[in-house]
Amino acid sequence: MITPCPLFNLQAQSLGWGQQCVLGSLDLSIYEGENVAIVGKSGSGKTTLIKALFQQAPDKVALCGQDYGLVPSLSVFHNIYMGQLDKHSFIYNFTNLLRPFKKEINAISTLTTPLALTEDLFKSAENLSGGQQQRVALGRALFQNKAVFIGDEPVSSVDEVQAENLLQLIMSRHHTTILTLHNIDLALRFCDRIIGLRHGVIELDKPVTDISESQLRTLYQD
Amino acid sequence: MSPPSPQATGIRKLSLSFTLIALACLFFADTSIITTNPWGEVGNIGQGLITPSFTSPSTLLTSLMNTLAFALIGVVFAALLGMVLAHFFEWRVVRISCAFIRSIHELFWALIFLQVFGLSTLTGLLAIIIPYTGIFAKVYAEILEESDQTALQRLPIATSRWSSHLYARLMPAWPQLVHYTQYRLECGIRSSSVLGFVGLPTLGFHLESFFKQGYYSEAAGVLYLFIAVIALMRFWAKKRYLLPLLVIAFIWLPFQVSVDTDLLYRFFSHDILPAPLRQEGPLTMGSWSQTLDWCILLFKDQILVGSWNTLLLTQIALVGSGITALLLYPLISPLFFTQRKRTVGHLFLITLRSIPELIFAFVILLITGPSMIPAIIALSLHNGAIIAHLIGRYTEVIKLRADSPTHGNRYAYEVTPRIYKPFLAFLFYRWEVILRESAILGILGIQTLGFFIDSAFEEFRFDRALFLILVTALLNILVDSFSRSIRSKLRLSTSPEAQ
Repeated sequence: MITPCPLFNLQAQSLGWGQQCVLGSLDLSIYEGENVAIVGKSGSGKTTLIKALFQQAPDKVALCGQDYGLVPSLSVFHNIYMGQLDKHSFIYNFTNLLRPFKKEINAISTLTTPLALTEDLFKSAENLSGGQQQRVALGRALFQNKAVFIGDEPVSSVDEVQAENLLQLIMSRHHTTILTLHNIDLALRFCDRIIGLRHGVIELDKPVTDISESQLRTLYQD
Repeated sequence: MSPPSPQATGIRKLSLSFTLIALACLFFADTSIITTNPWGEVGNIGQGLITPSFTSPSTLLTSLMNTLAFALIGVVFAALLGMVLAHFFEWRVVRISCAFIRSIHELFWALIFLQVFGLSTLTGLLAIIIPYTGIFAKVYAEILEESDQTALQRLPIATSRWSSHLYARLMPAWPQLVHYTQYRLECGIRSSSVLGFVGLPTLGFHLESFFKQGYYSEAAGVLYLFIAVIALMRFWAKKRYLLPLLVIAFIWLPFQVSVDTDLLYRFFSHDILPAPLRQEGPLTMGSWSQTLDWCILLFKDQILVGSWNTLLLTQIALVGSGITALLLYPLISPLFFTQRKRTVGHLFLITLRSIPELIFAFVILLITGPSMIPAIIALSLHNGAIIAHLIGRYTEVIKLRADSPTHGNRYAYEVTPRIYKPFLAFLFYRWEVILRESAILGILGIQTLGFFIDSAFEEFRFDRALFLILVTALLNILVDSFSRSIRSKLRLSTSPEAQ
């Protein structure tokens, strides 16, 4: 049997920024169709790993990072629209900036309803709360319509019920997802594979069904 | 072991040495009071200031409209050109040409164009557009470079260059670009009114003639009108009024320019060449050696003393502006005064900064006579008020702890240390501005470079005038690059250090 080619592949790779090594000798493959949660204490290197994975296939991935990267002076509509800037010509984008096209408003409205942003569609991003801004950043990533979604704590600033709805939305629109989540409970319910980071190495990498309570607990010990 | 002695940081050394240099300059500068009865003149002017009169409102209104129209059209054109140039600012040739055109004061540009286009709309507009384009290009390029880049990183990889530029670079910087352009419009109104000093029909023309004739009440009327227009800018200088205002400005200004091409050609190919070269022709050996003598003579007679005085004045005014700014910024800071008191502070700072430095110096000159004193006071107060305004606004984002000290201790320990670096950055940004202004104040009779340039124009020696203007520009560029190296060495940035 031929094993399928992994979407993401790290072999004996060390990651870090500058001189500092955050993660050492990683071996990791992620295949199409997987829903992966990356968990671990804060500072364990989740964001570093996420960024490295994104770099492997930036054209296939919609990335939703912890720094939202919104343009404060632009409206919710325009910030979400930026997810499809590559699909149109400059003239089209420029016109849409001055006077939004009906077509684009309709397309984005289908997203803002589940994101609970419809009423704020033409509000500037700078006037939104932290949770709203996160949903705008999420909306921009969803609007890219990519096959793979990589999210770094994509639902950290919203309440529990909303978080579930949003994860549902992410899962329904992407074939492959990689998420970091500080909420273990959500990770166990929405993902099918858990990667646990601790002390700069992958300490745990198992299907959700094989994971025990105690294994998760050790991840968060010093 | 003895306790460690306090170490002088780079910032402290820098501040101290600039202060010492300024003190030394003050020693060399001419600071005499020449007039016989300065206090009498103070009384006359003071009386004028409290009894303003508007004798010929229609003339005044006409020149106000001229002032605003010149400023509006000039600044808008310069902003558009500057925006285009800002996108090519990584090209050395663009950077250098922008540095060159902005290093020449708008009044000098006006004096040049006056020779070819006469007292026309074109002269006034070009005098504003050219230097302002250079300034806009530089500042726009800096704003774009420093704007937040995270949105850019989040764009889909295949986004085209111009689309990503528009959405993720221009738009994040947009509020700042608009803000700066509005600020520049204020400067444009000042510049445009000052153009009256060389005869263009703007407010400065009336100010100068009223003051010169001792009609202080009438002069005060013009001055108050001018300050009111600037203080009320936030009500009329709005984005949505821009287009209608521009249209009105275009209709208002007379545009029938009769360009005399012969004159134009003669000026640029003949008049501005050094005299010996012009008379003997460029083909003889003798004309070149005479030109060299001409340069040396000009250097010994005018350039040396002019540059020396310009630099003296610049260094004194730089430190003077710094001290003024540090003293005045609490007036508009919410950390020191209540809203109501700050309104008074704002009004005070607006008054100080909206009076063009040339007019400011001119008024003090009436009191003290032509020494460096009027220039020092005018430049220090004017530039100090501008910097005080900028850093005062920055203190709005500082969050102090609940039990922080108050009054003097708060000033010395909590706030001033936090704004000191941005303060220095602003001050050094203004260094080249102060130099440009120091040179131009020569028009009032102080022997800076502007004095010699003005005299050369009066004697129709355009070759000298142009040569001196080039020297002034060169000096300006040198100071600018020196200031830039200090800023980058000490990592001075104008962004607030809130925490």
